[in-house]
Amino acid sequence: MIAMIKTLLDKPLPATVLVVALLGVSAWGVAHFPRSIVVFLLFQASIFLLYFARMPRWLKMSLTLGTLGVLMPVLGTINAYYMEIAIQVGIFVALALGLNIVVGLAGLLDLGYVAFFAVGAYSWAIVGSPQANLIFGGTFFPLSPWWFFVFLFVGVGVAAGAGILLGLPVLRLHGDYLALVTLGFGEVIRVLANNLDKPINFTNGPKGITPIGRPPIFFAPALRAVGIEPDPNVIYPLYLYALVLLIVGATVLVNRRLEDSHIGRAWEAIREDQTAAEAMGVPLVRMKLLAFACGASFAGAVGVLFSAKQIFINPESFTFMESIGVLAMIILGGMGSIPGAILGATVVTVLNLQVLKGLSLWFNELRNAGIEIFGYNLANLPTQLEPAKYERMVFGLIIVLMMIFRPQGILPARRRTRELTEPTDP
Amino acid sequence: MDFDLLIGIFPQVLLDGITLGFMYALIALGYTMVYGVLEFINFAHSEIFIIGSFVGVEVLLGLQARGALEVWSPFLLVLVALLLGMVASGLLAAGVERVAYRPLRHAPRLIPLISAIGVSFFLQDAIRLFESLWRNSFNLVYPSMDVMNERFELTPAIDISVKSLVVIGASLLMLWGLHTIVNRTKIGKAIRAVAEDQAAASLMGINVNRMISLTFLIGGAMGGGAGVLFGVQYSLINPYTGFIPGLKAFTAAVLGGIGNIPGAMLGGLLLGLLEAFGASYLSLLTGGAFGAEYKDILAFSILILILIFRPKGLLGEVVRERA
Repeated sequence: MIAMIKTLLDKPLPATVLVVALLGVSAWGVAHFPRSIVVFLLFQASIFLLYFARMPRWLKMSLTLGTLGVLMPVLGTINAYYMEIAIQVGIFVALALGLNIVVGLAGLLDLGYVAFFAVGAYSWAIVGSPQANLIFGGTFFPLSPWWFFVFLFVGVGVAAGAGILLGLPVLRLHGDYLALVTLGFGEVIRVLANNLDKPINFTNGPKGITPIGRPPIFFAPALRAVGIEPDPNVIYPLYLYALVLLIVGATVLVNRRLEDSHIGRAWEAIREDQTAAEAMGVPLVRMKLLAFACGASFAGAVGVLFSAKQIFINPESFTFMESIGVLAMIILGGMGSIPGAILGATVVTVLNLQVLKGLSLWFNELRNAGIEIFGYNLANLPTQLEPAKYERMVFGLIIVLMMIFRPQGILPARRRTRELTEPTDP
Repeated sequence: MDFDLLIGIFPQVLLDGITLGFMYALIALGYTMVYGVLEFINFAHSEIFIIGSFVGVEVLLGLQARGALEVWSPFLLVLVALLLGMVASGLLAAGVERVAYRPLRHAPRLIPLISAIGVSFFLQDAIRLFESLWRNSFNLVYPSMDVMNERFELTPAIDISVKSLVVIGASLLMLWGLHTIVNRTKIGKAIRAVAEDQAAASLMGINVNRMISLTFLIGGAMGGGAGVLFGVQYSLINPYTGFIPGLKAFTAAVLGGIGNIPGAMLGGLLLGLLEAFGASYLSLLTGGAFGAEYKDILAFSILILILIFRPKGLLGEVVRERA
C-alpha cells in the first residue's frame, strides 16, 4: 500500500491528480461535515501528501499557496474551530523551528525554551494592556494597536537578549548539565511571572494580564470600499491566521538560509564534534550564543503574536510541559530537519487539540448514553478519565518510542547521520 | 526588623530544614548512584520517588479500609508502607532501565537523557491514569494518624512532631543501610568496580548489566522510601508533586558532587537547610517583598551557580568530560 502510494507520488501526473483529488474530496468533506474530526485529519494529511508528491516546482508552490492561503481560510469560516487549530499549529510550527536551531542544528539541549516564548508574550502583554500603568503610573498605556508590529521586532530583540543572557554563563557546560540549567532557567522565569505582582506589579501574578491589544485592522477602509463590513469576530481569526502564516514563512526561510550558511555548518560541526570543530577554527562561544539567540528570537516573535491572539495570558501557558511538548515535536519530526519540525508540530498539536479532545467528548457521550458492554455500564466510567488531560503521556510516549526505535525522526535531516548512527565512546 | 523574632525561630527552622534535608538526601542518592555508574542523569527518578509515595498511600488506605488503622501500631503501619514503597519503586526503576535506557546505552549522551525525560512524563500520567480508574481521583491524602501528629515541646517556642522524628529516624536507618551495602558487601564492591571501569570490572567476572540493574534497584528503593516519608510528612500528593522535589534533589546531588554518595547526603542536608531558611527568612528580611515562593528560585540559582563555578561539587572528584 505504502509502496504503491510512493510510486504514484514519484510520477508528476498521477501525483498531481491524486493530491488535487484528495485535497478536493477532503475539503468538500470538511465543508459538509464540519463536526467530523476524521475528515479534517484527512485534509491535513493531504497537505503533507502534497509535500511529498513529485511535481513541477511552480505547480507545487501554487497548490500549497492555494491550499493554505485560500482553502484553509474558507474552511475556517465554515467552522471557526478549524481556524483556531490552524493558528495554534502555526504557532507551534514556528516554535518548533526555533527550537530546532538550538537542539537540532547546534545540538544544545534546551529544556527551558518556553521561557523565551514567555518573555516575548509578556513584553507585548505588559505595554499592550493597561498593566503598564501600574508600573509607570499615569494612563498612557495601552499603546496603540499599531505598536503591535513594532513589538513583533521588540519581542525578537528581547528574547534574543534573554537567550544571550542565559547563554553567556551556561555555555561552558556540557550536554546534560546544560539541559538541566536551561530547565532551571525556564522554571525561574515561570516562578518570576507568577510572583512579580509585588513589590511592583509587573506581571499581575497568577491572575494574568488582560485585555491585551490586538493588531489593528488597518485594511478596514479597503474592505468597506468593496462593500464588506468588517466584523471583528470573523476578521480576527483570518487576520491572525495570515500573520501566523507570514511568521511561519519567515521562520522557514530564515531556517533554510541559516542551515546552508557558514553559520549553520559551524553549528552542525559543533553538534557532531565540539573538539574537532574548535580545532577547525569554529568560534565555539560565539556560535553557541548565536544559536541560543536565534532560537530564542523566533520564540519571542511568536510570543508577541500569541499574547495578542489570546488577549489574556498568565504563567500557566509557559510551563515546563510546553517546553517538552515542543521538544517532542522536533524529536518526532526529526532533529535538525525543517520539514520534520513542521510535521512534528502539526501532528502533536492536532493530536492534542483534536484527537484527545475528541476522545474526551466521545467518552462523555458514552457516559451519558449509559450503554452496557459485557455487563459493564458505561455510565460508571470514572469521570476523571479524560483523554484531553493526558498530554504528558502523549509527549512521553512519543519521546521514548522515537528515541528507542527511530532517533533520527520521521523525516530525518539529510546531513544528520553520523551522530545518531555511530557510537561516540570516549 | 524584629531581631528577636529572627533568633527565636532559628531552632525551629533548623529542625524543619533537617527533616526536609534528609528527604532530599534520600532522593539525591538515586541520582548520584546512577550517575556514578552510567554518567547519566536519570530524569525519571522524580517519578520513581512519587510512585513510592503512591504505593505508600495505597497501602495505608487499603489497611484503613480493613480497619487495621486503629488496631495496628502507627509505626508498624509506616514501616509496612515504607517497605512496600521501597520494593515497588526499586523494581520500577530497574524495569525502566531495562526498557528505556539499556537499548540506548551506547547512543550519544543526550539520547538517553531525552528518553528519560519522556519516561518521566509518561509515568506522571500513567499514575494519574491508574488512580483515575481506581479511585476516580488522583489527588490523594495520607490517612492521618493521631500519634504521628503529636508534638513534643522542646522549649516553649520549639516543638517537633512525631512524624518528623519518624522521617529523620527512618532516613538515618536507610542511609546507614545503603552505606553498609555499598562499602561492606561484595555487591557494593562490585557496584563500585563497575562505576570505576566497566570494561575492567567485566574482565574480573562481574556481570556489568546485573550490577547496573542493581544500582537502579537500590537507588529507586531509596527514592521510594523517601516518597513514603514525604507522604507521611506532608500528606498531600498528586502525580506531579514529585517533579520539583526531584529537581531539587538533583541539585543536592550536584551540590555535594554528583557520583559521590556521601556528597549526596551532605548536599541534601545543605539544600534542605538553605531552603527552609530561605522560605522563612526571605520575606522577613525583605519586609514581605519577596516571600517563601522564591525558595524554588533559590534552589535553581544554587544549581546554576554550582554548575558554573564548581561543577565537581563540594566533595566531588574532577568530572570527566566526554565529547
